[in-house]
Amino acid sequence: MHAWLERQIPKMVLAPSFVAILIFVYGFIGWTAWISLTRSKLLPKYDLYGLIQYRRLFAAPRWDTAMDNLFLFGALFIGIAMALGLLLAILLDQRIRAEGVLRTIYLYPMALSMIVTGTAWKWIMNPGLGIEAMVRSWGFESFSFNWVIDPDRAIYAVVIAGVWQASGFVMALFLAGLRSVDSEIIKAAQIDGIPGWRIYTAIILPSMAPIFLSAFIVLAHLAIKSFDLVVALTGGGPGYATDLPATYMYAMAFSRGDIGQAASSAMVMMGVVFAIVVPYLYSELRAKHV
Amino acid sequence: MKRSVFTATSALALALASMVQAGPEAEVLHWWTSGGEAKSVAVLQQEFSANGGTWTDMPVAGGGGDAAMTALRARVLSGNAPTAVQLKGPAIQEWYEEGVLANISSVAEAEGWDKVLPASIAAHMKCEGQWCAAPVNVHRVDWLWANAEILKANGIAMPNSWEEFNTAADKLMAAGVIPLAHGGQAWQDATVFEVVALGLLGPEGFDKAFVDLDPEMLGSDQMVAVFDQMRRMRGYVDANFPGRDWNLATSMVMNGEAAFQIMGDWAKGEFLAAGKVPGEDFLCASAPGAGFLYNVDSFAMFDVDGDEKQAGQELLAKLIVGQNFQKVFNLNKGSIPARVDVAMEDFDSCAHLSAAEMTTSSKEGSLLPSYAHGMAMRGAQSGAITDVVTAHFNSDMSSADAVDMLVAAVANSL
Repeated sequence: MHAWLERQIPKMVLAPSFVAILIFVYGFIGWTAWISLTRSKLLPKYDLYGLIQYRRLFAAPRWDTAMDNLFLFGALFIGIAMALGLLLAILLDQRIRAEGVLRTIYLYPMALSMIVTGTAWKWIMNPGLGIEAMVRSWGFESFSFNWVIDPDRAIYAVVIAGVWQASGFVMALFLAGLRSVDSEIIKAAQIDGIPGWRIYTAIILPSMAPIFLSAFIVLAHLAIKSFDLVVALTGGGPGYATDLPATYMYAMAFSRGDIGQAASSAMVMMGVVFAIVVPYLYSELRAKHV
Repeated sequence: MKRSVFTATSALALALASMVQAGPEAEVLHWWTSGGEAKSVAVLQQEFSANGGTWTDMPVAGGGGDAAMTALRARVLSGNAPTAVQLKGPAIQEWYEEGVLANISSVAEAEGWDKVLPASIAAHMKCEGQWCAAPVNVHRVDWLWANAEILKANGIAMPNSWEEFNTAADKLMAAGVIPLAHGGQAWQDATVFEVVALGLLGPEGFDKAFVDLDPEMLGSDQMVAVFDQMRRMRGYVDANFPGRDWNLATSMVMNGEAAFQIMGDWAKGEFLAAGKVPGEDFLCASAPGAGFLYNVDSFAMFDVDGDEKQAGQELLAKLIVGQNFQKVFNLNKGSIPARVDVAMEDFDSCAHLSAAEMTTSSKEGSLLPSYAHGMAMRGAQSGAITDVVTAHFNSDMSSADAVDMLVAAVANSL
């Protein structure tokens, strides 16, 4: 009896959360998939109409803009945040004074919510009030920084705010990685007279590969689910120039009473997430089984 | 068996409830939560209580009604709809098709709504011939607001055609004044667009394009001309317009930074709140061209069980369209009464103009629903049109491309 209980208790403890996840995550993914095949408008309906919502979705120019923005924003956000985070981490790793203070300063933006970041940067980048107005008031009349109101550049303004928020966090990840490299190897390399940058490129960074992967996954999912940042910073505008799939889905579901369309865009978003996460999980799980 | 037990218990519950509080009951879902609007709803609430009713207020703020609609969806799906809900335009018909609206024809007929409401507004309140909603007010959308001092200083009169508007705007540009105060939010772009469209297409063309969604009209050369005018309007707006709220644009006109604004008559509330006098500090005129674009707020009545609730619904409907509420509410809100027989003495000159033109345009058949404010078509279609309008306004897209996109977008949204 005792032994039986010992074997069963973990299962019993895990069962409620397992059931909850089964219903509230996978159950509702299934429900959304079903709705995406219907012509649901204001309220969900369950008669199937094939792939009509997906055809409508891919015929909508606004969805094209949203997907283009996702890839552009995602690539730049992940790329710049990782590069900047790595640079900051390497600089902080030089055994400098007041490292703790600096580390806190860089990490602090992560403590703000995206809404706060977006609102603050909206005013900072507003040409009539922020950087442009300030530099012009110094006498540089021709200075121009109007990305946030330029439909072709507004998405880069979103990247700036996003990078500001996330790069400190990436720095902390990388700093931990740098510190975890065996100092004996580095010392040995220094004794051999290998230059500092070679130590980084040939020894330290390659041994940090798992950290790169973690940082990438964290940033990628931040990029795909970005919603609040865009809503606060540009409201999707000018026009719908900075729409992302998440804001598109919100508009369809909650403003326009077009639930079927919202469900189909949610399914496509999930496909994008899977395309990134599944290879990662696959590599992780396989590595552990070896 | 189960069902009959359920009915028995609910009947018992109802009996108990009616013992506790007899008399009409109403639960009202709305999103009038800001200062002036909340005051306007309080008027209705007081009147309802004065007539022996019990009012349960259910205000849901946020997202211009999006949050309230989400709340409504949840309530309806769980089979527990509110008594009355602030809904407007085709959304009423959309909910009717879900089979959840009540029939209030008995009140409407007893009160003679058909005689006092303009026909095209009454049509929105009927679901397949039965009355299912009660109108609260009429906002006019196609207003041109102007700073009186600037116009005087530059020798400009209120324009009567878009040609005149363009000439005046060019003159103002040369004088270093921003001709048009505008906020770059999609709904504001759409508001300017529909006002220009009404002026250039005429009431008949507007009706064909935005009520019938006639692809020929949407793809016509006249529509190209509308987008051409939108391109000119873009030139009359200052560079810093994206994302600006409408009331900030209104204060630009107030402060003399800009000359004109195209906005519904809620802008008047901003002027009045700042102590400006119509006709002296600011001017109001119908935008160039014939016709009248209305944005009518209304309460749709949902199917509810129980005598108290149904009595509450009928009392509510009667009070909403009643003369007293129509007057007090609209004085607070800046709009005009939906019924045409309300005494207008206490209203300002802009409201007089609005009321007079509503009556004449109703006779001429040019009293038309506003597309930008969700009166002319359903959310998916108006959203698709707004996407095109705002994409054109915020880029250098050609008018011909915009028209092609418009036709495709409307077809894709049906």
